[in-house]
Amino acid sequence: MKSKRLQPCSFVILFLLALLVWTPLWMLLTGALTPTSELREHLSGVLGSSGELASWSLLPNRLTLQHVVELLLDTPAFFRVFWNSCVQVLPAVAGQVLIGAPAAWALSQLRFHGRNTVFRLYIVLMILPFQVTMASSYIVLNWLGLIDSPFAILLPAAFSAFPVFIMTKFFAGIPREMLEAARMDGASEWAVFFKIGLPLGLPGVLSAALLGFVEGWNAVEQPITFLKSASLTPLSVFLPATTVANTGVSFVSAVIALLPTVLIFLLGQQYLEQGILASGIKE
Amino acid sequence: MKRAALDRMGKGEARAARAFLAPSLIGIFVLVLIPTADVIRRSFLSAMGDQFVGLENYKTIFGNASFQLAVNNTVRFLLVCIPLLLLCSLAAALLLYRRIRFQNLFRTTYLLPLVVPVTSVVMIIQTVFHKNGLLSALSVALGSTPQDWLNSEYAFWVLVLCYLWKYFGYNVILWLAGLSAIPDSYYEAARVDGANEAQCFFHITLPLLGTTLFITSVLALINSFKVFREAYLVAGRYPNNSIYMLQHVLSNWFTNLDMQKISAAAVLLMITILAIVFVSMRVSDRRKEQS
Repeated sequence: MKSKRLQPCSFVILFLLALLVWTPLWMLLTGALTPTSELREHLSGVLGSSGELASWSLLPNRLTLQHVVELLLDTPAFFRVFWNSCVQVLPAVAGQVLIGAPAAWALSQLRFHGRNTVFRLYIVLMILPFQVTMASSYIVLNWLGLIDSPFAILLPAAFSAFPVFIMTKFFAGIPREMLEAARMDGASEWAVFFKIGLPLGLPGVLSAALLGFVEGWNAVEQPITFLKSASLTPLSVFLPATTVANTGVSFVSAVIALLPTVLIFLLGQQYLEQGILASGIKE
Repeated sequence: MKRAALDRMGKGEARAARAFLAPSLIGIFVLVLIPTADVIRRSFLSAMGDQFVGLENYKTIFGNASFQLAVNNTVRFLLVCIPLLLLCSLAAALLLYRRIRFQNLFRTTYLLPLVVPVTSVVMIIQTVFHKNGLLSALSVALGSTPQDWLNSEYAFWVLVLCYLWKYFGYNVILWLAGLSAIPDSYYEAARVDGANEAQCFFHITLPLLGTTLFITSVLALINSFKVFREAYLVAGRYPNNSIYMLQHVLSNWFTNLDMQKISAAAVLLMITILAIVFVSMRVSDRRKEQS
């Protein structure tokens, strides 16, 4: 009975919290579709020097696709930046799966000496923030001559400990009896991995890949540290010089930057959530 | 006979494990472990590289004014935002756990900021927190004065807000999982004995969320280092003093290729984080053994 009375009250609180998420995203979306003249009225004090206080309206008076067209047709630099992101992220995710999945299989299902020690090593590496490994990564990337190339981003990401950890958690849920049965039938360890491990552990692989993609797409620290040339800038650190005249284009660019990760999130939310939970399950 | 077959299988398993792990481990050795050993070595060497100087580099960074400022700011940031994040998200998880209407919509909404790139939010942060921005407009409308939120002491709180915005949903999910792991029968039994909601919460829910608390705290700590993204993209390499963090110092020393200082600071940071995590792991384990 008591919880029934609480319901409307908690609903309002949760709704207000949700509003904090929706408002900025709504502003981005409407900003991208608002004509320049109207944006100028809203933001001349923020982006220009008029000194007027900013304003915003829930819905623009007039909608326009002008900024979208301008960004897509007249801004080749944007395509370059978008492409850089793809080049620096997709191969890294592929690497994480190709290198990480077998390692995770060994750590979760194969018995060997020192397994716990190796697994703890992955946990420690997963915990350390970028700032700790920045210097050591630089030393080795510099030695390999990879600074200021996409490989400076790709290579460390492909060997990231986090996807291995996630997949280990998922693979560990596969019952050992299934493997024993296959082995009794004479299947090799590789066959066991490919025919039983991968199909049954697919949600784990997807989780790791999704989280890896989001992490890579949103990376800021690595590109600003290991890339010097402006021609290699990925979308995650691309800030168009915003003036009153091109505000709308900046809004469109912001919306396009978030589309890939948001779409992937909406499509694969269950895997993403499972991945988050797997990262929370203790050793 | 059977014994021999099992032995052979065990050996085959170990051999396969080595092959499965090799690519990943070789990469980690070459890309992380060996250079980390080099960083530890360098932290004890002179700038020219070959002279052992003991703890000299560590003394230098501790005497460095910007390092001190950054350590203070980082500690202050952690002490403010981690408890705040844990409390807010736990409260929301408790509300959501009552099978409220639109529960899935709320979950999706709260989790959304986690995947939104920081670049996309920069425009909004500027629009809201600029000295002529929407927040200033609001404070004028309420009869107060406009503030330069991003270039004053307020910047610290803007950054706290950015952190909460991003990781709120992430923590709600973790708490919800912790809550759903508590068997309903515990509550039913307590209610039969006449316990009220508050008693249930303090005697059942809270004690049983111990492990989740450990996990959420560690993840909150790890993620807190990523607020550098917001700070950097909004305010650049030298933001307002109130949000000049360890990440800024390290990044700026790196730009000058000040390897001695970065090495010493990286070693210190590594030791600190691992110590915090291991100590809280011990505490969490001991708590579990007792119960």
